[in-house]
Amino acid sequence: MSKIDTQQNAHPSGPGNAGPGTTGHEWDGIQELNNPLPRWWLWIFYATIVFAAVWVVLYPAIPLPGGNTQGTLGYSSRADVEQQMQALDAQRDAALKGIEAIAIEDLGKDPKLLQAAIEGGRSAFKVHCVQCHGSGAAGSTGYPNLNDDDWMWGGDYASIYRTIQHGIRQPGDDETHQSVMPAFGKDGLLQPAEIASVTEYVLAISGQEHDRALAARGAPVFEQQCASCHGADGKGMREFGSPNLTDAIWLYGGDRASIHNTVFYAHAGVMPSWKGRLSDATIRKLTAYVHSLGGGE
Amino acid sequence: MPGKTLLKPAPAAPPPPAGDGSLYKKRVKVHPKSVEGPFRRFKWIVLFLTLGVYYITPWLRWDRGEFSPDQAVLVDLANRRFYFGPIEIWPQEFYYVAGLLIMAGLGLFLITTTVGRAWCGYACPQTVWTDLYMQVERWIEGDRNARMRLDAAPMSAGKFAKRFSKHAVWLLIAVVTGGAWVFYFADAPTLLKQLLDGSAPFVAYGSIALLTFTTWSLAGLMREQVCTYMCPWPRIQSAMLDEDSFIVTYKGWRGEQRGSAKAKLAQPDSFGDCVDCMACVNVCPTGIDIRNGPQLECITCALCIDACNDVMAKLGRAPDLIGYTTLKRDEAESKGQPLEPMWKTLLRPRALVYFAVWAAIGIFMLVLLAGRSQMDISILQERNPIYVQLSDGDIRNSYTVKLLNKQGRPREFQLSVSGLEGALLSNPVTGEEPAKSLRLPVRADGVDSYRLQVRVPLRSIEAEQSEIRFEVQAVDGDGDLMKTARFTAPAR
Ligand code: SF4
Ligand code: SF4
Repeated sequence: MSKIDTQQNAHPSGPGNAGPGTTGHEWDGIQELNNPLPRWWLWIFYATIVFAAVWVVLYPAIPLPGGNTQGTLGYSSRADVEQQMQALDAQRDAALKGIEAIAIEDLGKDPKLLQAAIEGGRSAFKVHCVQCHGSGAAGSTGYPNLNDDDWMWGGDYASIYRTIQHGIRQPGDDETHQSVMPAFGKDGLLQPAEIASVTEYVLAISGQEHDRALAARGAPVFEQQCASCHGADGKGMREFGSPNLTDAIWLYGGDRASIHNTVFYAHAGVMPSWKGRLSDATIRKLTAYVHSLGGGE
Repeated sequence: MPGKTLLKPAPAAPPPPAGDGSLYKKRVKVHPKSVEGPFRRFKWIVLFLTLGVYYITPWLRWDRGEFSPDQAVLVDLANRRFYFGPIEIWPQEFYYVAGLLIMAGLGLFLITTTVGRAWCGYACPQTVWTDLYMQVERWIEGDRNARMRLDAAPMSAGKFAKRFSKHAVWLLIAVVTGGAWVFYFADAPTLLKQLLDGSAPFVAYGSIALLTFTTWSLAGLMREQVCTYMCPWPRIQSAMLDEDSFIVTYKGWRGEQRGSAKAKLAQPDSFGDCVDCMACVNVCPTGIDIRNGPQLECITCALCIDACNDVMAKLGRAPDLIGYTTLKRDEAESKGQPLEPMWKTLLRPRALVYFAVWAAIGIFMLVLLAGRSQMDISILQERNPIYVQLSDGDIRNSYTVKLLNKQGRPREFQLSVSGLEGALLSNPVTGEEPAKSLRLPVRADGVDSYRLQVRVPLRSIEAEQSEIRFEVQAVDGDGDLMKTARFTAPAR
């Protein structure tokens, strides 16, 4: 009997079957057996060569110094992407029309539209807004954090929409948000001692550690110089864009040195007006996205 | 075991003849003769069962409620679901499918090591469809001799008619085969209607066309060439089989010296039982001579056993000159030694180990399947910004919360936070007041994602990193879960 042998027809004792032949090659007594393949394997191999040749003619294939061969079908993966993007735009058309048509105050009332707007806004934000507000919209000193609940210029849909449209202190835009804080120290409006005392007073009303005596001296200064914009209670006034000084959120820092610095020099950050630069739909999408970050107002 | 063979080394073979130099060989067409017998009957039964299961399964229904498909077995690629009766596999549970594939592989090892290439001989689709195609060929063109005559005959109207009708029936079977395949991927009745009125997706027609072509060419034209040259399994089997595997074997010690019945009558001692009638060779679907010993081409279809037993019965000799036996048993039998009981050969350690591993995986998967939950929640803390300070000093973190509902109807989940004193949950999109808990609807058989925020009073925060617990409860009371996440506050 035989051992189990997977050589084709390789049964040494089988009559009329001496096993596979050799290719005639022999090295150090080792012979190379020849288990011939069926010829159709070879034809499949030839078929792949023909396929490749046809492919090279039809499709972009060979890279040459002056650019690759284009193929006779005119196929390009770039055009393919273009086509897919167009199909996608067509798909989004309904949502886009809806976003353009809805009254801005009502943006939050249609959950499906709102979701579409938020997603669109998310990507527009990444292109136009992250340079100042940061990729997570968390801002930094001088650039407001859009995730919190403090809105200098209002946090409802209509207010955010207007702020994005017209920006802040944007020259040449009549509807832009305007506000000016005097540079009390630099322009000599207050004496250094007065500035020190009003700084202490601001620390006091925002619930931070402070020198009581000095703060008490700052109170009348605040009343005279600051209350007209920031309010008698220091809570700010939206129509002037003057920030609330009693909360935990500081655009330019809330420690003693930062507050002193702000009173001395004043700050006037700017934001561009996006109307005319971005489509109305994009501004609306950005509005929805910014509103969704922290829940708006 | 393999390697430590009990058998004598094969007699020194004569040096292999130098080949004729050709690296390719012409295909010799095989014309298998029809045969009857127990193995042939068994193969017919397997054929009907496997084809029946294949064609009928997509039409079985299974009620899963109004939000899920009612097809018992469905691979829903668009929605990434796999339905199998009461079991529904989600993409993240694909390990069940992987487990099934591992079980299939081990099952193949187990079968092969005990009863040889039974998969190849009886159940492999290549074998089943080839069998079906050969039967069609027999009906239309006749049995072996008629077919060989037809092959040799010049083309005539009669020959053309036969060839034409044969290929027509083959193609019909192929179309139905490809058609049945696509029904596993879509609602079968709907797709059938679409296929007939021309509104089915292109990929459906494309798949059918492709499978029609492969079925027709593999089962009609390629046949044994697929097993011999294209399939890797025959090459692997030498590692699977050993001297205790049951395989189709010609008992040379009994058959040789071959000679006619007449010759044996004259000299009983110089001749064996084989009358060299070639019946075994003629029925072989791969066209080999089993009397040359086990060979790569042999798919162990056992048709040669049926053929030879027929001859032995007519001659009044003992059956099973060709039979299912192991090399070890054959050796013992040839020496007249007692055979060990069949079960001992079958239940040898190698087979038991395969079976144990196979069963362990099966049990493990069943336990997993039985214990899996009908809902799930995943919570991802937002990293940018990682926290936000609010105007009253509270700290707020945002989380992407994914709620997964595996039931076939929309459900509501009540999500609440705990672990930090005064923690409140809110959904910035709806703009509702922050509350201790939120009710969140989740679609039927799907995942809904929410961006939620948790605010915590500064006074309850002791460290930069704290743990916060999210508890989710199905409003219908069917299930609850708890997950923890991190709550981050500014360094102090
Ligand atoms: S069928 Fe049986 S008797 Fe006939 S040639 Fe084959 S082995 Fe010998
Ligand atoms: S040798 Fe026998 S068992 Fe093997 S394929 Fe041929 S007929 Fe089937």
